[in-house]
Amino acid sequence: MKRNFLLFIGFSVLVMLAPQYFRGGYMMNVLVFVGINTMLAIALNLLLGYAGQISLGHAGFFGLGAYLSGIMTTTFSLNPWLAMPLAAIAVGCLAFMIGFPVLKLKGHYLAMATLGLGIIFFIIFNETYEWTGGPSGLSGIPYLELGGISFDTDVKNYYLIWAFTLAVMLFSLNLASSRVGRALRAVHDSEVAAQVLGVNARLLKVQIFALSAIISSLAGSLYAHTMTFISPTSFGFNFSIELLTMVVIGGLGSIYGSFLGAALLTLLPEILRGANDYDIIIYGGLLMVMVMYMPGGLVRGIPALFRKLTGRKGGADHA
Amino acid sequence: MLEVSGITQIFGGVTALDNVSFSIAKGDITGVIGPNGAGKTTLFNIITGIYSQTAGTVTLEGKNVSGFPPERLARLAMVRTFQNIELFGGMTVLENVMVGMHTRSSSGLLACALKMPWTISEERRIRDGAMKWLEFTGIVDLADHLAGSLPFGKGRLLEIARALAVEPRIVLMDEPAAGLNSQETLGLAQLIKRIRDLGITVVLVEHDMELVMDICDRIVVLNLGKKLAEGTPREIQDSPEVISAYLGDDD
Repeated sequence: MKRNFLLFIGFSVLVMLAPQYFRGGYMMNVLVFVGINTMLAIALNLLLGYAGQISLGHAGFFGLGAYLSGIMTTTFSLNPWLAMPLAAIAVGCLAFMIGFPVLKLKGHYLAMATLGLGIIFFIIFNETYEWTGGPSGLSGIPYLELGGISFDTDVKNYYLIWAFTLAVMLFSLNLASSRVGRALRAVHDSEVAAQVLGVNARLLKVQIFALSAIISSLAGSLYAHTMTFISPTSFGFNFSIELLTMVVIGGLGSIYGSFLGAALLTLLPEILRGANDYDIIIYGGLLMVMVMYMPGGLVRGIPALFRKLTGRKGGADHA
Repeated sequence: MLEVSGITQIFGGVTALDNVSFSIAKGDITGVIGPNGAGKTTLFNIITGIYSQTAGTVTLEGKNVSGFPPERLARLAMVRTFQNIELFGGMTVLENVMVGMHTRSSSGLLACALKMPWTISEERRIRDGAMKWLEFTGIVDLADHLAGSLPFGKGRLLEIARALAVEPRIVLMDEPAAGLNSQETLGLAQLIKRIRDLGITVVLVEHDMELVMDICDRIVVLNLGKKLAEGTPREIQDSPEVISAYLGDDD
């Protein structure tokens, strides 16, 4: 318990010190995206890694949060701080209602249904152009402001986004190690046994689906207010798959794993930029190798590799 | 304690259970036996809310619970174990039993995520309670092992510990001795008697006749979806019908 707390404090300190090291510049912008993607990966991991329910449409909830925030603050001139929770509540309610029929499905059927859901959202973003601006996007979304400070630079946004990301991490870490987190993992391992022990699996799955959508919506709102411009291409099927990849590469059922996965998949295209057209090949190859040799994800694979290299005998890995 | 009356279950055109009725007295160990395909497991699945029956009622402590989902039956203090143990393999032994305390705790999703003060004391209570049941079943030294890595016999004990953590008034065990060696089966017999001594009613489906005759207070015999006989182990052993339909088939 204490060790977990210290780990989180240490991680937070590193996050807060990072801008000193990078001294502003382009890297800060990338790290803002690492923060947003970490939130999204955690949201999907709660659903996939903990409860064992797949979603191939999570970019849709991300987009919904972004567009709701964007439309409320531009067309209706609402304060962004008010628009964000309103968007999150709306998306949460929607996910809750969708969740009941959709989460009755299992395995491939659930994957197909959520895939369809994501596609529906994507089409809505494109087609309701009188609200969303259609394919040409929605611009002029205001920055967030707090006590006279406008979050209008990468460094300021870094602190803003990471304050939210750390809060989402702490929230999820608490949840994962609690009674409810155990019930989620129980449903993942054996739904029928969990039910026999008194876990209302059906309700719990819908609840976690809604929570996951709410966190995704929050990340979407923050994305909209830091970018000030959004367009449907950011919220398509490709991004849903990218999120899924982050969760799997980082490590299913690990909150820090979600950060590692999000960081790797956000930084990798930047690092490989010098490789010109070959970057996508390196990128794909790396992913294949990762999945083949580190099926538990980075969060379990790196310590295992370290043990192997230092010749230390590793006991049972409970991470 | 538990009463089933007129239970009929039809799968497609096959009648798996045909008008089965019996009642189980509080504090007894009752065995449900019968040849393969007699409908024992189907009956268990109906009583515990996994299947819903074609006809008939299940009454638990005077309350009609027909069609109740398993999680609702757990709240009414009925729990079961499975023939092929259904452990939460990715969780530790202790965590498995802690899930068993689910109905005996109440912190909600938000309270847990925000780590409200009462969730911390409740978590401690859950952990202590779970440890108590690990001690009762004698696997406390395995608390930190992953459930998925346990040998089968220990897994069986874990499943029983987890069921007891629900603090049930009635436990149904589907072939608890299946896959156990003779040493483990002896331990199991002792354990089941100790569970009964806690005042918990036990119902078991079992193939191990020695175990059934040793520990059961009453026995219900099913054959081809019908109740064939009911009585004490002695009566069952002496029943010519049972011998011809069931025991006789083995020889």
